[in-house]
Amino acid sequence: MRLIRQFTILVVVCFIGEILHALIPLPIPASIYGLVLMFIALQSGFMPLEVVEEISIGILGIMPILFVPSTVGLILAWPILKVHWLEFTIIGVGSTIAVFFAAGHVTQLVIRIVRKIMGQEPEQQG
Amino acid sequence: MQNISDFLSNSVSFGLCISLVCYWIATFIYRKTKFFLFAPLLVACALIIVFLVVFKIPYESYLKGAQFLYYLMTPCTVALAIPLYRQFSKLKDNALAIILGIVAGILANALFIFAFCSIFKINHTEYVSILPKSITTPIGIALSNQNGGIESVTILLITIAGNMANIFGVIFCKIFRIKEPVAQGVACGTSGHAMGTAKALEMGEVQGAMSGLSIAVCGLLTVVILPFFVNLI
Repeated sequence: MRLIRQFTILVVVCFIGEILHALIPLPIPASIYGLVLMFIALQSGFMPLEVVEEISIGILGIMPILFVPSTVGLILAWPILKVHWLEFTIIGVGSTIAVFFAAGHVTQLVIRIVRKIMGQEPEQQG
Repeated sequence: MQNISDFLSNSVSFGLCISLVCYWIATFIYRKTKFFLFAPLLVACALIIVFLVVFKIPYESYLKGAQFLYYLMTPCTVALAIPLYRQFSKLKDNALAIILGIVAGILANALFIFAFCSIFKINHTEYVSILPKSITTPIGIALSNQNGGIESVTILLITIAGNMANIFGVIFCKIFRIKEPVAQGVACGTSGHAMGTAKALEMGEVQGAMSGLSIAVCGLLTVVILPFFVNLI
């Protein structure tokens, strides 16, 4: 019964997300409204973590299985894949490297600039 | 043969059954071989696709049974709030650096994809399917659907990104001289979502926490930034 109660809360939040998606004319998926609402509820203390913890950890644990039906949809996208598989691979591999480089270096740069301004020298090397 | 095909096409449990069984087999294969190309999700789906083609079962009939798993993606996205809530306090110390880093990653992703899709003359539908490729799958699918993309193509690219970050994360950090632990974590999480985070956890506790935080933050910021790129092609 406890798990059902937790699942109910999760589904109610999903439903509220759908309502917000219908009411607010922004290009934001319903599930994202749900995520943000849930986060605000937890962060503000309105909802204690225990109320949804077990079911959430459970669902996150089986996450990859949930993508099986969508991925099998490749069967429908076959004509597109046959034409573009090489382009998709190049873009997938290349853009991942670009993201890694950009995210890593900008974070590193800002950390070092902030450190310099604050005057906190890291332990000297050598 | 025709009878089997008809029976399976009309079965209520078949879609869910084959999904779970094939995923279980695929996990077993991955554990035995440890071969990186045998990602359980892809192997499971390859098995299912072969089965559907051999027995001439339409995708719609399969989906009828598998719809239960499909629906759970939405509660799963909402559940991402829990890890975000747990790791949120870790954002405070380096908030500016982490957020700017993630935004830089999102922009690099969108600009790279826009540039190469222009060069390869790829259509709008495929372009919007590729755009959300560096974020966690449930948010990526939601964004792909929102823009009229093909969700299976989105998942394929998300899987490529995750595997890249997982396999080459350590090497990338060396080659690119990313030495700050926080920066290493943000790079892994922003480029390779959960699979990148698995590698970041091996690198260290700070890297793992930062990568985990980056999954949700990157997903949410992508929702905000991506609409500016959607109509470019």
